[in-house]
Amino acid sequence: MTETSQRSRPLRVLAAMSGGVDSAVAAARAAEAGHDVTGVHLALSANPQSFRTGARGCCTIEDSRDARRAADVIGIPFYVWDLADRFREDVVDDFVAEYEAGRTPNPCLRCNEKIKFAALLDKALALGFDAVCTGHYAKVLVREDGTRELHRASDMAKDQSYVLGVLDDRQLAHALFPLGDTVTTKDEIRAEAERRGLAVAKKPDSHDICFIADGDTQGFLANRLGRAEGDIVDESGAKVGTHEGAYGFTIGQRKGLRIGTPAADGKPRYVLDISPVNNTVTVGPAASLDVGALTAIRPRWCGAAPTGPGTYTAQLRAHGGETEVRAELVDGSLEVTFTEPVRGVAPGQAIVLYDDTRVVGSATIAATVRATAGVS
Amino acid sequence: MAYLDHAATTPMLPEAVEALTAHLGVTGNASSLHAAGRQARRTVEEARETLADALGARPSEVVLTSGGTEADNLAVKGLYWSRRDADPARTRVLASPVEHHAVLDAVHWLGEHEGATVEYLPVDSYGRVHPEALREAVARNPQDVALATVMWANNEIGTILPVRELADVAAEFEVPLHADAVQAFGQVPVDFAASGLAAMTVSGHKIGGPYGIGALLLGREYTPVPVLHGGGQERHVRSGTLDVPAIASFAVAGRLAAEQREWFAREVGALRDALIEAVRTAVPDAILGGDPVDRLPANAHFTFPGCEGDSLLLLLDAQGIECSTGSACTAGVAQPSHVLLATGTAPDLARGTLRFSLGHTSTEADVEAVAKAIGPAVERARAAGLT
Repeated sequence: MTETSQRSRPLRVLAAMSGGVDSAVAAARAAEAGHDVTGVHLALSANPQSFRTGARGCCTIEDSRDARRAADVIGIPFYVWDLADRFREDVVDDFVAEYEAGRTPNPCLRCNEKIKFAALLDKALALGFDAVCTGHYAKVLVREDGTRELHRASDMAKDQSYVLGVLDDRQLAHALFPLGDTVTTKDEIRAEAERRGLAVAKKPDSHDICFIADGDTQGFLANRLGRAEGDIVDESGAKVGTHEGAYGFTIGQRKGLRIGTPAADGKPRYVLDISPVNNTVTVGPAASLDVGALTAIRPRWCGAAPTGPGTYTAQLRAHGGETEVRAELVDGSLEVTFTEPVRGVAPGQAIVLYDDTRVVGSATIAATVRATAGVS
Repeated sequence: MAYLDHAATTPMLPEAVEALTAHLGVTGNASSLHAAGRQARRTVEEARETLADALGARPSEVVLTSGGTEADNLAVKGLYWSRRDADPARTRVLASPVEHHAVLDAVHWLGEHEGATVEYLPVDSYGRVHPEALREAVARNPQDVALATVMWANNEIGTILPVRELADVAAEFEVPLHADAVQAFGQVPVDFAASGLAAMTVSGHKIGGPYGIGALLLGREYTPVPVLHGGGQERHVRSGTLDVPAIASFAVAGRLAAEQREWFAREVGALRDALIEAVRTAVPDAILGGDPVDRLPANAHFTFPGCEGDSLLLLLDAQGIECSTGSACTAGVAQPSHVLLATGTAPDLARGTLRFSLGHTSTEADVEAVAKAIGPAVERARAAGLT
């Protein structure tokens, strides 16, 4: 098996450059490996406050300039592509709708699935490129039969295979992750950027959610969905407080509940369930967060779908740890049982299944079964 | 490499390079009284006379600036302020909607911050302002017009405007008319005196001179309020130590632009015609932008239905053909051109544009390169579609 980043045949590569240090170094490594690289910055947000009349600017003018500056130093052509409409439809609107439905979406994963390795990749292929290159930490290996495998990055601490778990074989065939085999700290990537004369070497890391610039997800959602006061209840259904919108909560959340009366046992309470239909948030003790099984929908496989039940390691959130599961495909949905109960599993998040370092597939968590009793 | 973006900037003429470098080693502030200053002043004034001669103006009408953008700002803002100061009722600014951003954004700023009422004159599908349209707009209330501004020739689609006729209308109502002649100089006859204009902008690097130098031709009866205050150079209208080497070089380029204009129109025009023919042969549904006849001899502007201009740019760039979509913003996000939208082009169609602009170094090989590459590039860009 070989890594695509080390293949000798030069490819026409479109490097997605965010303006950050990782994607700049990735593009530089691809160019150094002999590929014919063109840089592209994706303009993903429309900014109504643009200075120029009638023009639609981009909220990331500075990022765009940083990316262009890096491209100029690497010595590759650079373009800005306006994918703001697609991004709004496929990522931002979806993000809001998911929260509104009481789920907790992962917009980065969605962006990889719908924008970087769909809208961008399709356009790149149509224009004659062979691959899209990003600064993700993950590895693509090629099997003897030519099909692809997605693996965790060499550096587990940096690994981003979770947010790429939605990619299928065709998408992986056109993906290049030059940082995937780097065992390094961010400082070393920064040092490499410095060595390469890239000014983004000292640029701070970006926010988790790029389209919420100030990091205030609650404020962003409140702005979109409005205030909707409702009840906070305990497991017996008794009202213990009020909230200003059920969408503002995530399963497992402890902070910010603002419940006046303490629990009978005096222990902290957590969000157990969000019910958008009656705008109710259910809270309870940590023990009630334990999940023993779950159902996940929209499974996507890296390679062939498993034919029978199997034992895998699973990752349930972007920076989460690994846990052992048994999983089986039943009527198109993934039925997952945990060997040990896990705490705080939020519908809407992805479950990514691994066989050692290899990504087997991913699916979106739809419903969880408590380790103790009852379906939530 | 086929460089077909001369409207963005054109290679410096060897004579202009020589004049520039010859003066870089000479010390002298043209405002100083000693021998070094006198020598610098002589160089500047001879250059001013040369430029005046090339542009049909008097030397005292040549106000040297840092380039076209500054000259446009000085004309638009300076004339607005001085006319309004003389009569507070004069707050209406008439502008064509196809202006360069140096005029358009200055006019817009006056509306936002200086109480101006900005009125955009109607244009036809070629981007031309008709004299009757100007007459209609001014005649509605001649007393409240501060100034009018139109471009001599459009930088994107190449259409030439009837400047003389427009100036006649403006003069009838005693309204000062400014024209941005940055693209026109060297390509069509530009005679400031004969034009009847109050003010006219020209730029060095579009005619084979250096960057960072330009001029506002300014009738002697006009005293715009300065944008730059300081030492009082240039009729107290534009302060700042004069850039002697750039001015000397600009004058050489200006003289050659005027002398070689007929050659340019004939020879470069013939290459441009061949390029238009080649593109039409390769892509029969390509739409030529601007007036098919009354246009700059070096400009060929096309709309390719179903294509993203940026995709075409990328594909042609990869084959060593350098051109432009005709519009750009600071972030580099492609916007439908305001010029095309003003001419009534649908926004989706306006995204698929390319501007080829030729110049004094263009060759048949450049045209052949486009002829060979444009068909497959359009096919591929169409496959990639509009995002």
